[in-house]
Amino acid sequence: MNQRQKSSTIAAACLVLSLAASSFVLHHVDQLRPQATLDEVLFLSSPKVIKRASLGYDGLMACIYWTRAVQYFGNRHHYYAASYNLLAPLLEITAHLDPHLVVAYEFGSSFLAPQPPFGAGQPKSAIDLMNYGIENNPDNWRLYYDLGFVYFTELKDYKNAAEAFARGSRVPNAHPFLKVLAAQMASHAGDYETARSLWMASYQNTQDKLIRQNAVDHLRALRVDEDVEHLQAAVTRFGERTGHLPASMEELATAERWARIPVDPDGHPYKLTPEGRIEIREPHDFQFATKGLPPGFKAWPTFDAPQP
Amino acid sequence: MPAIEILGLEKTYMVGFWRKRPKCALSPLHLTVEDGEIFGFLGPNGAGKTTTLKLLMGLVFPTSGTARILGHEWTDPSVKAQIGFLPEQPYFYDYLTAHELLEYYGQLSGVPAKQRKQRVEQVLQQVGLRDVKGVQLRKFSKGMLQRVGIGQAILHNPKLVFFDEPMSGLDPMGRREVRDLMEQLKHEGKTVFFSTHILSDAEALCDRVAIIHRGELRGVGAIEDLTSSVQGKVEVIWQGSQVPASIKALGAEIRVTPDRVRAIIDESQQDAVIDALRRERQRLVAITPVRTSLEAYFVEKLRHAETSVGSKA
Amino acid sequence: MNTRVAYIASNTFREAVRDRVLYNLIAFALLLSGAAILVGQISIEIEKLVVINLGLTAVSLFGVVIAIFIGIGLVSKEIEKRTLYTVLSRPVRRWEFIVGKFFGLAGTLVVNAFFMAIGVFAALFYVSHKFVRADALILVALYFIILEFVIICSLALLFSSFSSPLLSAVFAFSLFVIGSFAEDLRNFAGMAHGFTRWLATGAAYLVPNFSAFNVITSVAHEQPVAGQLILNNTLYAVFYAIMALSGAVLIFENRDLK
Repeated sequence: MNQRQKSSTIAAACLVLSLAASSFVLHHVDQLRPQATLDEVLFLSSPKVIKRASLGYDGLMACIYWTRAVQYFGNRHHYYAASYNLLAPLLEITAHLDPHLVVAYEFGSSFLAPQPPFGAGQPKSAIDLMNYGIENNPDNWRLYYDLGFVYFTELKDYKNAAEAFARGSRVPNAHPFLKVLAAQMASHAGDYETARSLWMASYQNTQDKLIRQNAVDHLRALRVDEDVEHLQAAVTRFGERTGHLPASMEELATAERWARIPVDPDGHPYKLTPEGRIEIREPHDFQFATKGLPPGFKAWPTFDAPQP
Repeated sequence: MPAIEILGLEKTYMVGFWRKRPKCALSPLHLTVEDGEIFGFLGPNGAGKTTTLKLLMGLVFPTSGTARILGHEWTDPSVKAQIGFLPEQPYFYDYLTAHELLEYYGQLSGVPAKQRKQRVEQVLQQVGLRDVKGVQLRKFSKGMLQRVGIGQAILHNPKLVFFDEPMSGLDPMGRREVRDLMEQLKHEGKTVFFSTHILSDAEALCDRVAIIHRGELRGVGAIEDLTSSVQGKVEVIWQGSQVPASIKALGAEIRVTPDRVRAIIDESQQDAVIDALRRERQRLVAITPVRTSLEAYFVEKLRHAETSVGSKA
Repeated sequence: MNTRVAYIASNTFREAVRDRVLYNLIAFALLLSGAAILVGQISIEIEKLVVINLGLTAVSLFGVVIAIFIGIGLVSKEIEKRTLYTVLSRPVRRWEFIVGKFFGLAGTLVVNAFFMAIGVFAALFYVSHKFVRADALILVALYFIILEFVIICSLALLFSSFSSPLLSAVFAFSLFVIGSFAEDLRNFAGMAHGFTRWLATGAAYLVPNFSAFNVITSVAHEQPVAGQLILNNTLYAVFYAIMALSGAVLIFENRDLK
């Protein structure tokens, strides 16, 4: 009994210690290989080969590749990477393994086209991916929307965007806004309202957190752009009326008979510079804003992200 | 110093799907085995004999109780070097030859290399397997395997050997050989503890026996003592097939076979019978006192157990 | 004490050999030479890639299958067939039995891998007609594969110490598959919330992490392997094996051998 107790105690102690040690080493290994799971993608980016290697368990592999794509993008996005070369191959592989995994196309439409650091900067790949999705899911109106989305937001190709939305609207059970969007493309493509309805649609029709966050950021930026444009017009009016620039925002507000000092979506008042420019107080909070940025402002810091 | 002292060893298994039902395989057992004797552990199948052996070997852990083997705690590793064990219907690594198996077991028992070679040859000779020592065990018959089993049990010259049903499945020749071997072991001063349900073997070999039934000890003692309740009867055997009238008149139990007559008579009638036979010129063959057989003792103990169990229930 | 472990180990090795396990080498040799010859004739500029990828993958898979099939029987078969009784009635400690079996099995696999490695290099020579410095990386890949074997052996032994051969095989195989995707499991865990996250992370660290051991693809492309990784993987394999074996010993020391 004594012997047995002794052996058991030593075994139990070894068990606990080695468990701790192996977990520690594992954690260390993880640090060494942040891109570990992507090795194969680097060398084997042919979706057909991977499909064959999956031995029929395509669905599961698609889920795994989808997770890797999200992880990959999320990590790099975190440090404002300058390139996202593997995003397109990862999404392509996912789509080939499971052509009906709609969220992959949504993700591609949001993040393949925009320029780094907000996306991979590959609008052509995005278009190809959308078309692949449409080919395999011709009755899913979302995919036509995603296609039109890419044309609209990155390529500013309103004609093709309109066509995509129009095709989508003809699909049975399509969301009615597709028709509206198609119509808006024709004449009001450059309007804030159009962009706003597009991003709202994007937000409302997805469950993915990253896509939603992206849509929210864009909507906030739109609001800011719109506000700055109006405020700048007010400054110009003031100048034309009085012959000099307003000394402060309060003066402008009084002149325009606004109820209160205008604030941005975060509640911070807009700044009025001595040169008469309207600026956002915290430009870093509005990464997609194109107006109201201080001169020489860089929207994002440059870090050294791991290659590629 | 007794070879084995079992001090209340008990084993209860938890059975059932949720392991909640207790099943008692062995009630607290108290038993002593003296040095240098052949001790028989008797009982019907499922009585708890193998459980007891496994407890002593440390293969199974007791619910309570302890034991001492050769003066040490039974769990003391140093004990293992001095005991040998032959399990019931043994099976050995069938890809090894008899020679290799004994070599391997010799290594594990810590027999020094020089001695080992010699000893293996010796044991192979002793169990009669020298001619087949290079044959793989998968080709061995049951009897041969039993012999290998005995070989590995005595290889390291243990002071005490345990055999579990050593005669099971053997033909009369095989059983005779095993019996001879066990006698030889006793001759060498070893203690032998073996379990069996074959009473004739026990009767022939053992100095003392214990009877176990349904996990409980029913009786312990030397064979002579257990069977010596001399009923005061005598068995007379004579040649021929005739029974003198005077003997018939005694009301004795008589059995007639083609060339012998057996009669069981009271001790007091002995002289009268002998006179009768002489008068009738019958050829006396033998006169022997009748003793209770071990079988009778055994059956009686078991039946007693049944009734006592019945009365408890 | 140590000698008993050595005796048990060598007997386990002997059993594997006599069980004709090493015949798998024939199948391996056929497979590899067939592939090499085929690829050598077509000459598609990736002959070397094919030989290395196929060869190393085969070494890995064959070895894992053997490890599982022999490993699961190591303890449970002995209990079933009762060969264990006469071994444990000798001055052999239960833990010595487990450790001895482990080294015997691991040794068998190393020897197996050694012969297979010769086969891979032979096939490589056949298609490339020469060796380059970078081919030494294949040895690193093989070393990692052997580390994988060490882990699998310890797991097979762990399961064998308490469950039947069939169940042990299922468990061991499942852990092998999950372990190959261990990094993905950790990713999934990272994306979960609350209690599930806890559970998933725990599982992810408990499961053997095979993904870090698979450098076959990068070695085939002559990518060097970091020294740090070699060190870490070695440590991980050692600690993990100790963990699994401790578990096996703990269970085996305390179970009744019915």
